Amino acid sequence: MTVLDVKDLSVDFATEAGTLQALRKVSLEVPANRIVGIVGESGCGKSTLINAVLGLLADNGAVTAGQILFEGKSDLVHLDGNGMRALRGQKIATVFQDPMGALNPVLSVGKQMRDIQYRSGLSRKAKDALSVEMLRKVRIPDPERRLAQFPHEFSGGMKQRIAIAMALLMRPSLLIADEPTTALDATLEVAIIELLKELQKQIGCSVLFISHHLGVIAELCDEMIVMYAGEVVERGSTRDIFHNPRHPYTKKLLDCDPARLSRREPRLPTIPGTLPDLRNRPKGCVFQARCEFADDACSTMPPDRAVSASHVARCWHTDETAGAAA
Amino acid sequence: MTTEPLLSVSELRVRFRIGGMMSALAGRRTEIEAVSGVGFTLERGQTLALVGESGSGKTTLARAVDGLQPAAGGSIRFEGRELRDLPKKDWKPLRRKMSMMFQDPVGSLSPRLSVRSLLAEPFAIHGLSGRSLEAEVERLLALVGLPRDFADRYPHQLSGGQARRVGVARAVALDPELIIADEPTAGLDVSIQGEVLNLLNDLRDRMGLSMLIITHNLHVVRQIADRMAVMYLGRFVEEGETEAIFRAPHHPYTAALLSANPEPDPDKVHNRIALSAEVPSLLDRPSGCEFHTRCPFAQAICRTQAPAPSAVGSSRLTCHFPLNGGPSAVEAIAAS
Repeated sequence: MTVLDVKDLSVDFATEAGTLQALRKVSLEVPANRIVGIVGESGCGKSTLINAVLGLLADNGAVTAGQILFEGKSDLVHLDGNGMRALRGQKIATVFQDPMGALNPVLSVGKQMRDIQYRSGLSRKAKDALSVEMLRKVRIPDPERRLAQFPHEFSGGMKQRIAIAMALLMRPSLLIADEPTTALDATLEVAIIELLKELQKQIGCSVLFISHHLGVIAELCDEMIVMYAGEVVERGSTRDIFHNPRHPYTKKLLDCDPARLSRREPRLPTIPGTLPDLRNRPKGCVFQARCEFADDACSTMPPDRAVSASHVARCWHTDETAGAAA
Repeated sequence: MTTEPLLSVSELRVRFRIGGMMSALAGRRTEIEAVSGVGFTLERGQTLALVGESGSGKTTLARAVDGLQPAAGGSIRFEGRELRDLPKKDWKPLRRKMSMMFQDPVGSLSPRLSVRSLLAEPFAIHGLSGRSLEAEVERLLALVGLPRDFADRYPHQLSGGQARRVGVARAVALDPELIIADEPTAGLDVSIQGEVLNLLNDLRDRMGLSMLIITHNLHVVRQIADRMAVMYLGRFVEEGETEAIFRAPHHPYTAALLSANPEPDPDKVHNRIALSAEVPSLLDRPSGCEFHTRCPFAQAICRTQAPAPSAVGSSRLTCHFPLNGGPSAVEAIAAS
């Protein structure tokens, strides 16, 4: 079953300088029980995409085309406020980058965890018991005592684990994690990755994991999506994309990661050029201005070409990019 | 050229007061030592990277070297001159030779000044307005690879990478000897990160700069630093040549940090050295070797006796049982 199925989604923002086309024909699937990663640089539309899924687009933003199907039935694009509120926190939960910003500093952790279970109809005692169980799962030592404590009494890594415990408290079918490890040290980062992997198996939810850190995506995700300038340029299994990237942007992005270099290089690889202006998108392929394969064909919109059954790249030149794999 | 190193720091201590009078009356400790007896030398043209987890004292150390944070003990010698307890008025001419780049690329630029004013500011502060400022601004923009018309932009009109370039231009404006850069690539995308590191490497070669770089990104360290120092609870636990440490870390903490680096290969088998427990509080430093509470190889002696500094290969470290051999040896121990 597919938990989240986004089809040809386009989102525009009205700005003083004209219409900004933030997402163009974005399609992706999050199957049940899988961890799907979204990777892309600043301004690629990662956050716009999750805000669209959560129904949290800013007032000047609107979905202009496409569907967001959740668990095969409800189209989130047309769901009203009440319907959305019934899903958020219960069926679709989120963890954000800054754990301090996600927790209320003036309420105890126990009170906040109880509030999340508002719709469960359980007694206070039963709610607290569930909270304790969840805190134990994310390895907070001595959870009974810690329920009464406030967010500032926990370290940064612990706060993020509490945020994860809260997100998973209602056993959602989809967890959206937006750069949850970016603000943490590497040692804590790997601990959170291990924890997410383990909890995902235990709870049996799907995870949509957003990151710009390629190493984290490689380690955690089953499938991944590469975004550039508001488009999904490549998607497939994590192994396909890391070992056989077929979109020129994905190739360049992977080459840029200094983690791939096992010694000091005189010059680090970069991607020359800049992102296109999203108010004035180029005709055809969005990456053509920075692409070494660009030719006349690229001035018309490239198709989503299936490279294999599970691997798609939005490019006219997927045949030429095949051999040059790193 | 003298034979004396550009910067030499020894036994440096920085303390912060915490809590108020109530804590003092209650007999609780009112001071923490954020930097605790750190020493290193930086030769001309060299780059030293400080690495370690949040709260290990990297930024405090850099601020103490730059005179932004008073030191409680030890010495900081720059070009042979003692900087500790230097009167404030003597710092100003020094900052021409020693410039600092702060962490947040956009936040460290005044939002009300245009790029032109931001780049001209160092000249004005140091009374160098005799030079043709317009020419200097153009020279600096060209130096960091920004188009000339950027002079009229304001910080909010810059991307993170562009703002960082402006920060680099400000730092090198007065032709300094030393640049102290606090997380120069944090928050930047990988492709932009590469550009900034290339720029810093270029400028170092061209202008003969020395750099003190603070970062928690070990991949960055490898691409830019000749030497690296690993900090834990305000002390150096291992210091040495970057390549040698990457090949064969000797301190278990260094090995753990190196192994905690997620790599962009889905088929990589990780043999991680898991660090147990949380970072201890500076208020309550562990006895003996301060790393023993998290060290997977700790023995009885580690709990009671602080290790003396020792030299293994080209590295200096403080550990009773240094790891020997390359990363494979580390993995073997971790797996067992």
